[in-house]
Amino acid sequence: MMTLRADLQQILTLIPTGASVLDLGCGDGALLHALITQKHCTALGVELDEKNVQTCMAQGLPVYHGTLEEALEDYPPHHFDFVVLNQTLQRTKLPVPVLHGMLRIGKRAIVGFPNFGHLPVRLGLLLQGRMPNSKALPYHWYDTPNIHLFTIADFLALCEQEHLSIEQWRFQIGSAWYQHSALAGVANPIASEAVFQLVSNV
Amino acid sequence: MHHWTDTHRLVTTQVATIATPQHPLPLESGAELKHVQLAYETYGTLNAEKTNAILIFHALTADAHVAGKHHEHDPKTGWWDALFGEGLAFNPATDFIVCANVLGGCKGSTGASSINPETGTPYGMAFPLITVGDMVVAQKRLLEQLGVETLKAVVGGSMGGFQAMDFALRYPDVVERVVLVATSSKLSSQAIAFNAVARYAILNDPNWNEGNYTPETPPTVGLSTARMMAHITYLSEEALEAKFGRRLQAPAQGKTFDFQKEFAVESYLEHQGKAFLKRFDANTYLYLTKVLDYFDIAETWGEGSLLKAFSRTNARFLIASFASDWRFPTSCSQAIAKTLRQLGKEVSFIELSSTAGHDAFLLETEALNRIIAPFLHPITEESTTQ
Repeated sequence: MMTLRADLQQILTLIPTGASVLDLGCGDGALLHALITQKHCTALGVELDEKNVQTCMAQGLPVYHGTLEEALEDYPPHHFDFVVLNQTLQRTKLPVPVLHGMLRIGKRAIVGFPNFGHLPVRLGLLLQGRMPNSKALPYHWYDTPNIHLFTIADFLALCEQEHLSIEQWRFQIGSAWYQHSALAGVANPIASEAVFQLVSNV
Repeated sequence: MHHWTDTHRLVTTQVATIATPQHPLPLESGAELKHVQLAYETYGTLNAEKTNAILIFHALTADAHVAGKHHEHDPKTGWWDALFGEGLAFNPATDFIVCANVLGGCKGSTGASSINPETGTPYGMAFPLITVGDMVVAQKRLLEQLGVETLKAVVGGSMGGFQAMDFALRYPDVVERVVLVATSSKLSSQAIAFNAVARYAILNDPNWNEGNYTPETPPTVGLSTARMMAHITYLSEEALEAKFGRRLQAPAQGKTFDFQKEFAVESYLEHQGKAFLKRFDANTYLYLTKVLDYFDIAETWGEGSLLKAFSRTNARFLIASFASDWRFPTSCSQAIAKTLRQLGKEVSFIELSSTAGHDAFLLETEALNRIIAPFLHPITEESTTQ
């Protein structure tokens, strides 16, 4: 069996067996496949790239060729136990409605993103005066799909402002992932990637 | 059990009587048919549990011969033959596949060109107007005769998709999966307009004679004109441009300044029109285009609401459109897919890239195999765990 990418593995651990899951921007379906085969979830994907959609369908994975914004509008309220958005929030035009949309159609949302507050990223800009380029941010300023880059601190502030409760977190520090509760406040400079599980508290 | 190989692909069209004077077929119009036969083909064997049946519906002018050959030296295979085989969309080694010529058709099923047993002459215009629903009810009777109680899937492209949708909503407990390719929940005004022009050509051909033409003098001008125009709507501008451009049929001759078929595309269309005369009947074309025009799944099953109509089904849907199809553009498929999503039903949707226009549903067989085969033959959880 294919090994699941580390960030997807973290997301997989957050989702209980048998849950219903919508994976927004599901790519080649790796997470969907793991959710269905390992966790017996009812899992659906949304994906914009036709080749990726075909790759999912070729594995028999249910997937919808379209935008995540349209998916957030279409599904009935709280239709899914979890709505996943990994490595994509920074690519959306309007991240705030996306987060609220996820918590409209899902009981819980899981958001994974590259941390722009990671020290090497900050130092790149500070010392070299160049836009950051790293494993988590592997683009040039002119070809990046990331139009709304943000830091862990930015995300925490936004969640507070929008009344979104964070139930779970996972941080990639070096090559390992951590979930200690004490980390939330100090992860910003040291984590390259983060995964948060949100629930609406309004 | 036969494997679907080159040496075991022979299939015979069979005929079932699905309505008799004792058991007539009531129609949506209020009329009824006392004599109905359906031509059909089957592939594979219905398993003991009766869980492997798939019903394929054909499009406007096709027939029951969806795959295989009729005899060893048959130069032609069925219209979706490339979708049949081990690991492909339809696998006769494990699936029991049924395809019937539609009610009202002219490929062995009862329609306007059939002999009315009560008069001994063809029905012609005495044949009642039928609907997609009537076609579906007729095919349900066929399934009952074949011992099929539930369907693993109903599958259709274009008008075949109309029937698949209606079947799924009419018999929601019978259908587990629905595959819709290059189809729509109803005809747009533009699509009705094309059909209207096609009928106009036939109705105004002097040979048509109120539908009472003889086999020797059918309305060939009307029917071929109808087909030529429809054929344009099945192709994309891109495909026509690539295939013919502004090329002349006899380039060496240059422009001839007359009304001969000068451009290559003109000869091609005329050929398409003429070839069609050999395989189709003008009255049937009138009836079947009317079937298309009348189709509106929301009106039939949801009092005008797609949401209400599709709330009847819990089947899993796979919906595919083609990027260059302007007869049933992607927006038509999206309207259905979006409805299912709003209802929280399981629906997979894809717009496949293709330059082949509406005809892509017959031509893009590789992509269709790739997406349909796993949908109809899901991986079991056990086989992929660990």
